[in-house]
Amino acid sequence: MAEDAILGFLEKNEKIADSGKFASNIGIDHNEIVNVIKSLHGFRLVDAEDIKREKWVLTDEGKSYTVAGSPEVQLFLAVPPEGISREELQKKVDPSVYKIGCSQAIKNKWLEMGKAQVSRKVQQVEDQVKDLLLRIQDGEVHAVDQGDIDALKKRKLIALQTWKSYSLTKGPNYAPKRKKVATDLTREHLQRGDWKDLEFKEYNFSAKGQPAEGGHLHPLLKVRKQLQMIFLQMGFEEMPTNNFVESSFWNFDALFQPQQHPARDSHDTFFLQVPSTTKKLPEDYVERVKRVHESGGYGSRGYGYDWKREEANKNLLRTHTTAVSSRMLYLLAQKPFAPKKYFSIDRVFRNEAVDRTHLAEFHQIEGLVCDRGLTLGDLIGVLHDFFSRLGMSKLRFKPAYNPYTEPSMEIFSYHEGFKKWVEIGNSGMFRPEMLLPMGLPEDVRVIAWGLSLERPTMILYGIDNIRDLFGHKVDLSLIKRNPICRLGVD
Amino acid sequence: MPTVSVGRDRLFEALGRTYTQEEFEELCFDFGVELDDVTTEKAVIRKEKHLEEEAGEDEEVIYKIEVPANRYDLLCLEGLAQALRIFMGLDEIPKYIVSNIPSESLLKMHVKPETSLIRPYVVCAVLRGVTFDEARYNSFIDLQDRLHQNICRRRTLVAIGTHDLDAIEGPFTYEALPPTDINFVPLKQVKSFRADELMEFYKTDLKLKKFLHIIEKSPVFPVIYDRNRTVLSLPPIINGAHSAISLQTKNVFIECTATDLTKAKIVLNIMVTMFSVYCERKFHVEPVEVVYSDGKSNVLPDLSVFNLEVPLSYITGSIGVSLDLNQVSSLLNKMQLQAERSVSVDGRSIVVSVPPTRSDVLHACDVMEDVAIAYGFNKIPKRKPVSLKPVALNQISDLIRLEIAMNGFTEVLTWILCSYKENFSMLNRKDDKSTAVIIGNPRSTDFEIVRTSLMSGILKTVGHNKDHPKPIKIFEVGDISVLDETKDVGAKNQRQLAALYCGANSGFELIHCLVDRIMEVVGTPFVPIGDDKGYYIRRSNVSFHFTLHFLCCCYLLRVWSCHTYNLAC
Repeated sequence: MAEDAILGFLEKNEKIADSGKFASNIGIDHNEIVNVIKSLHGFRLVDAEDIKREKWVLTDEGKSYTVAGSPEVQLFLAVPPEGISREELQKKVDPSVYKIGCSQAIKNKWLEMGKAQVSRKVQQVEDQVKDLLLRIQDGEVHAVDQGDIDALKKRKLIALQTWKSYSLTKGPNYAPKRKKVATDLTREHLQRGDWKDLEFKEYNFSAKGQPAEGGHLHPLLKVRKQLQMIFLQMGFEEMPTNNFVESSFWNFDALFQPQQHPARDSHDTFFLQVPSTTKKLPEDYVERVKRVHESGGYGSRGYGYDWKREEANKNLLRTHTTAVSSRMLYLLAQKPFAPKKYFSIDRVFRNEAVDRTHLAEFHQIEGLVCDRGLTLGDLIGVLHDFFSRLGMSKLRFKPAYNPYTEPSMEIFSYHEGFKKWVEIGNSGMFRPEMLLPMGLPEDVRVIAWGLSLERPTMILYGIDNIRDLFGHKVDLSLIKRNPICRLGVD
Repeated sequence: MPTVSVGRDRLFEALGRTYTQEEFEELCFDFGVELDDVTTEKAVIRKEKHLEEEAGEDEEVIYKIEVPANRYDLLCLEGLAQALRIFMGLDEIPKYIVSNIPSESLLKMHVKPETSLIRPYVVCAVLRGVTFDEARYNSFIDLQDRLHQNICRRRTLVAIGTHDLDAIEGPFTYEALPPTDINFVPLKQVKSFRADELMEFYKTDLKLKKFLHIIEKSPVFPVIYDRNRTVLSLPPIINGAHSAISLQTKNVFIECTATDLTKAKIVLNIMVTMFSVYCERKFHVEPVEVVYSDGKSNVLPDLSVFNLEVPLSYITGSIGVSLDLNQVSSLLNKMQLQAERSVSVDGRSIVVSVPPTRSDVLHACDVMEDVAIAYGFNKIPKRKPVSLKPVALNQISDLIRLEIAMNGFTEVLTWILCSYKENFSMLNRKDDKSTAVIIGNPRSTDFEIVRTSLMSGILKTVGHNKDHPKPIKIFEVGDISVLDETKDVGAKNQRQLAALYCGANSGFELIHCLVDRIMEVVGTPFVPIGDDKGYYIRRSNVSFHFTLHFLCCCYLLRVWSCHTYNLAC
């Protein structure tokens, strides 16, 4: 009804100057009119402009004085010309009238308030307050001067009310009667054929669409997938790494890591209660490993200590995937030699304190090349190739120590964001004391490198707490929002 | 890796010049150690006590340097400075000499058979005419601590005792006695303890309690006496107070008791080689004879060099650079390894003399590594391995295809060729004659034109799947062709993506959310219309109605910098 009134009025008139007045003219609540205006404005049937107005209105107290007169006048009239005792006067008027009336009448110098007797000081008074209030009530504020307004406001007889209304003109889509618009096209529209005449609600392109439903892959595994691709592109073959339980022999001894090495302490490695020991090892090879530890051979001095079989038999959770590499190289040595390039990306375990950058388990990335006549130049070359595919083309190498590689090089990459060199991995050439007991030919060398999957991923996504990336505390919405991994893609 | 703290100023004095921190870091990096932290003693204390005081200007700067775990000769300032000086070519490789003492004048250590029950080995040596000052003395104590922590495996394998030789008198005996039979005043104490009481006493000692377990359960404790039954030490726990060394000590007696003889010898060699630099006769060490109860005896330390013959081809072949014998020799000299041309038949080998300080050299590969370090890892030319590289566009297409599939859309594969009508009029599109590649000799109307969008194919797919349960959600990523004057053939391919929804309603919001999703995974933000820093959607003038009465919108999207994808639905 309100809608018809507005559209109808605008059909004949240019403008509705004030929706407030319009509402009172047609006798509809202004709030209802405002709702209709907003809807019509949204569809551009009308153009609405805000009008903000302020208006003085009477308070309840003020309203009561317009009928009964101001308390001071009421009090004055209650005093007879001959005077009256205070007690009598108090009985004649309302207590609030007496209280307010007294102070105002004294201020106006209308009454003499003696100790016992109250008497008139003037003969006649005019009820100005009542007149002013009536004028304000009638909307004739302009006829009241500012001093009186302030005085009435101070007496809390009037208050300022803000009032929002609109001025309306025809909008670009004006029509005397609104057409219903469709919010979506449905099969029914197509079947009825009324879609040709339908008007559709405009899409709101300033808002995003509904959230997509669907599955998502884990960020870390997305990075793993890309690294797998990089290795495959470089001609590397994946090693089977699905064995978390490993013997100390393959994890350490086969790598020429002495039995007193700190990494073999219980505070670095998870040893196992069940199954606690390894049942079977290749005995002739074990014998060669024992000899090379104790007294050397193959051109080595050895470590010169008593090698213990019990130590080698102890089971553990592999501390590095190099345990798998040692098995693979041993198998390789049992056949006529053929060069190989191997890689793996899988879980390894360290008995370490968990903090922002360390977990008790993480993923190790490992690559190795086994061939005759390999040099450090090959290692440096393959590392440049590998890391430049990860977007790290500025590399340098620091001499380091590792029991099973010699030379050993720590890999540093210049991080453009941090403006410094950061360590990104380890590399080296496997020691002859590791390779020759396996039975590999003497001129065969193995170059290898390793890094964690988590670290480059954290650098890539700017994550500084590993637990935000990996484990049960990861925020699912992070997995959902994670962008595709473009490692290895130019 | 172990960390060695050294005073910066003392180190620079020993190196003969000062360095900026960057210069020193470079030197460390090339040599294979690492400047881990720069601090001061007071800063360390402040950190421990969580104090917030400002650092004073006069505090001595301490460099914490990380060294390789097998380089025990770098665990003190003396060894570190010596190694760096030789690396820079400032010093010659020192020759360590075991003083020639007539056997009757040799100090002797007699080993009792009971020691085999608990700690069977002992090795000893003497440094004569040592001049200590406070810094040297502290370094001497620190080196023992670091050796104990590292190679000695917290004193389980080896324990070092050092004594003022002038306070004791040989010959010495190494015995193993019941704890109740041992009485002495231990270091830093004034009263005498019985050994079993001492063990009890040390249970509250933060530093020493860690070592008690090594002998605690044994019925006999190892102990060293001099000829007057003065206790030198109760290894591996504590020395006696009587023979404690001080700044005034001139002659130092060093004993190492052990469960591992090889490591004991290494530890003794490190102690004597590092501090013989302060002896009256520099690099001279006096030996001690260890006599076992079976009459066998050993005169130690053994400071002889270990000779390793290494073929030149092995070194150059492993590193991948060509070097001659002289170059290899001078590089090895920088690493404290003396090298000479071998006298063997072909003369293409070198004989490397490994000094007693370098127990880490086990094999020719260790020598090869030192050549590589001295040459400089970062100067070795890289050899480019053979490898393959797939096309980036294909890889990124695959990644996006996977994402769309994860959003519940099914992939379709349609023909590149279509009819002219399908490509234009049926899509309510006009041919502006400057877009499409047109075939000259089509066998049928189905192959008139190379598609300029994926629309016709994906719509035809729906057309032929009218009976498929709704909704249908399909997509395709594939190439279209457009004319391009700049190409030699006058046309080029563009990779496009199209996705389609067909159901009871228009499904606009489903396509809308797929667009948002793809933009999200390629990392393109949603921006206000007209902003070029992300993606936005605007109304297109292209609209097409055709037989299936689909309401279609077409979007042109700015995707990542290198490729512009067109997405249509």
